[in-house]
Amino acid sequence: MTLISQLWRTATFRLALIYLALFGVSVVVLVSFLYFSTVRVIERQTDETIGAEITGLSERYRDEGLLGLRAVVVERSSGQRHSLYLLVAPGDAILAGNLDRWPSVATGPSGWLNFTFGQPVGRDFETHEARARHILLDDGFQLLVGRDIQQRRDIDALVRESLVWALALLLVFGLAGGVVMSRNMLGRIQAINRTSQDIVAGDLSRRVPVTGSNDEIDRLAVNLNHMLDQIEQLMEAMRQVTDNIAHDLRGPLNRLRTRMDVTLMERPTAAEYHRALESMVGDTEQLLATFNALLRIAQVESGVRKSFGDIDLTAIIRDLGELYAGVVEEKGLEFSLAAGDELTIWGDRELLAQAVSNLLDNAVKYTPPGGNIWLTADYSNGRVTVAVADSGPGIAADAREHVLDRFVRLDTSRNSAGSGLGLSLVRAVANLHGATLTLDDANPGLLVTLVFPEASRASERHLSNL
Amino acid sequence: MRILVVEDDPEAARYIARGLTEAGHLVETAADGESGLVLARDPGFDVAIIDRMLPKLDGVALVETLRAENVATPVLFLSALGEVDDRVVGLRAGGDDYLVKPFAFVELLARIEALARRGDGGETRNHMVVGDLELDQLTRRVSRANQVINLQPREFRLLEYLMRHANQVVTRTMLLENVWDYHFDPQTNVIDVQISRLRAKIDKDFDRPLLHTVRGAGYVVRDSD
Repeated sequence: MTLISQLWRTATFRLALIYLALFGVSVVVLVSFLYFSTVRVIERQTDETIGAEITGLSERYRDEGLLGLRAVVVERSSGQRHSLYLLVAPGDAILAGNLDRWPSVATGPSGWLNFTFGQPVGRDFETHEARARHILLDDGFQLLVGRDIQQRRDIDALVRESLVWALALLLVFGLAGGVVMSRNMLGRIQAINRTSQDIVAGDLSRRVPVTGSNDEIDRLAVNLNHMLDQIEQLMEAMRQVTDNIAHDLRGPLNRLRTRMDVTLMERPTAAEYHRALESMVGDTEQLLATFNALLRIAQVESGVRKSFGDIDLTAIIRDLGELYAGVVEEKGLEFSLAAGDELTIWGDRELLAQAVSNLLDNAVKYTPPGGNIWLTADYSNGRVTVAVADSGPGIAADAREHVLDRFVRLDTSRNSAGSGLGLSLVRAVANLHGATLTLDDANPGLLVTLVFPEASRASERHLSNL
Repeated sequence: MRILVVEDDPEAARYIARGLTEAGHLVETAADGESGLVLARDPGFDVAIIDRMLPKLDGVALVETLRAENVATPVLFLSALGEVDDRVVGLRAGGDDYLVKPFAFVELLARIEALARRGDGGETRNHMVVGDLELDQLTRRVSRANQVINLQPREFRLLEYLMRHANQVVTRTMLLENVWDYHFDPQTNVIDVQISRLRAKIDKDFDRPLLHTVRGAGYVVRDSD
C-alpha cells in the first residue's frame, strides 16, 4: 500500500499510467475499426452470394418449373453442408434440401433470417449459425437459401478474446514498466532529497550522488553540487569573518567595560568623570569606525556598481596628494607625486579615493621619519596604473597575501592604531573595478600597485568620439 | 532654534531631543512619517531631522511631499549604518544634508546649525568679513588687516567654507564632505594638518587668532575667544 501510494506520488508513474491509458484506448479503437470493417465486408459478401444464388434458382424455376428447381436443389445439397438449401411444399413438407426442418424463427424484412442448425461433425452435431433468405414460389411452395456463418462467428469470438488478452498484457507490462521506471527515478530523486535533508540538518559537506550517465538528473546533480560547493565556500568565509569580528571587537569592548567598572569604583571627582567619559567616547568611536569599515567592505564586496561613471583619476590622485602632503611633511617624510594627465577610468570616485587614501594612511603610519612616500598614476601598455610606495619596513613576501584579509595587522603586539581593515577594503575596491592589486618589495619598503583593466580607461573612448 | 525630529526609535528620539534641548533648542518629535508630515507643514521650524526609514510614510517620500507643497524647511536625513549609498537618493528627494547613524552628537549639532543659517540667505554672500579678515569670492582675494594673503585654491575653498559658517562649529567630516567632496574618514589627521597650514597663513602674524579649534568637535572661525 505504501509502495503504491509512494509510486502514485511520483510524476513518472502517473505519466506512465496516463500513457498506458492512452495507448490502451488507441489499441481498442484501432482493433475495433479493423474488426468491424472486415466483418461488414464478409457479411455483404455472404448476402451477395445468397442473393446471386436465389436469382439463379428463380430463373431455373421460371424456365423449368418446380421439378427443375428441385433437381438443382437436390444436386447442390449433396455436397458439403456449407451452402444450405430447403425447398418445402405447403404445410412444410420437405421436397429437397440439406436442412431437416424449416427454421423456427421469424423472417425479417425482405425475407432475410438468422438461425441455428445442427451441423454434423464426425458423428456428432454442432450447433452452427446460419444466415439465409427465403422466397415464396407459386402455390405455397417456399425456397430457403443460406450459408453457414459459424466460421465468421468463431473469428468474432477470437478477435474479442485476443483484444481482451492484449489489453490485459498491455496493462501488466505497462504497469510493470511504469513501476520500474518510476522506482528508478524515485530512487535517484530520493537520493537528492536525502542529501538536501542532510544539508538542511547541518552537514554542509554532503554531495548529491552522480551516476556518470550525464543525463538530465545527472546534470542536475552536478549543478546542485557546484552550487553547494559555492555555498560552503561562502559560509566558510563568513564564519571566518564572524570569528574575526568577534575576536577583534571583544578586546576593545572588554577594555571599555573594565575602564567603566574601574571609574565607578574609584569614586572620582566631576572632572575625572568627565575625562573618563571623554576617553570612553573615543573608544566607542574607534569601535564604530571598525563597524563602519566592515560594513563598507561588505557593501563593496556585494558587487553593486551603483555609482559607477567615468571618473577623472588624475584629479583624484592630485587631490589626495594635496590632502596628504601636509601630514607627510609633518612626519618628516619626503612626498613625491606624479600623476599623468587625463587618466579617466570607469569606476566609483568615492571608493577609489578611499582605497588610495587607505594606502596613503598605511604609508604614513609605517614609514619612519626621514623616509619617502611615492604616489603615482600613469598610463602605459593600454592600462591605467596607480601605485603607492614607501621606504618603510615593507611586508615579507610570504605575508603579502595574508595581509589583505580582514583584521590582519602584522605587528602582533597590536599596539599601533588601526583596525586592520584598510587593505581589505582596497582589495574589495580593486575587485569591484576588475583591477589587479599587487604588493611588492620597494627595496626597501612596500610597493602597492593597482592595475586597472584595459576597458576601464574611458578617455580613449571619449577622445575618439570628439 | 525650533527643530522637528521625526524618528521611529523612541530611545533614539528621546536622546536626540534631550541633546538638542541641552544645546538650547526647542524640539518637537514625531514617531512616524504621517504625523511627521503633519508637523513638518508648519513653516515655523528652522530645521527638520528626519529618519530615512519610517513607518507609514518613509523619510524620502515625506520630504518629497514637503517639497512638492513648497515647504522649504532645511532637512537633515538620518540613515542607519550601511545605507551610505542612499545619500544621493535622499539629497535628490530634497534633503539638504545626510548623516549616517551612529553619529557623534557634536556632528549633528554642527550640521543643523549650518543648515539653519543657510536659510538666512548666507548662501548668496560674496564678500565675507570676520574681524579684520576679508574674503571676496568674485575676485578670489583674501586679506587680513588689508594685507593680501596668498592661498592655494583648496585653502581658499577651506577658508571660504569656514567663513561662510563663521561663529559655527564645523566638524572635520563636514570639511571633508564640503571642501573635498569625500564621504569617508581618513585614518590620518589630514584635516588637522590642512587647518594648521591655513592657520599659519591667516593667524600667524597677528595677535588675535580667528581660526579656533573646538576640542572634540572641530573648528570655528570667530572674532572673539
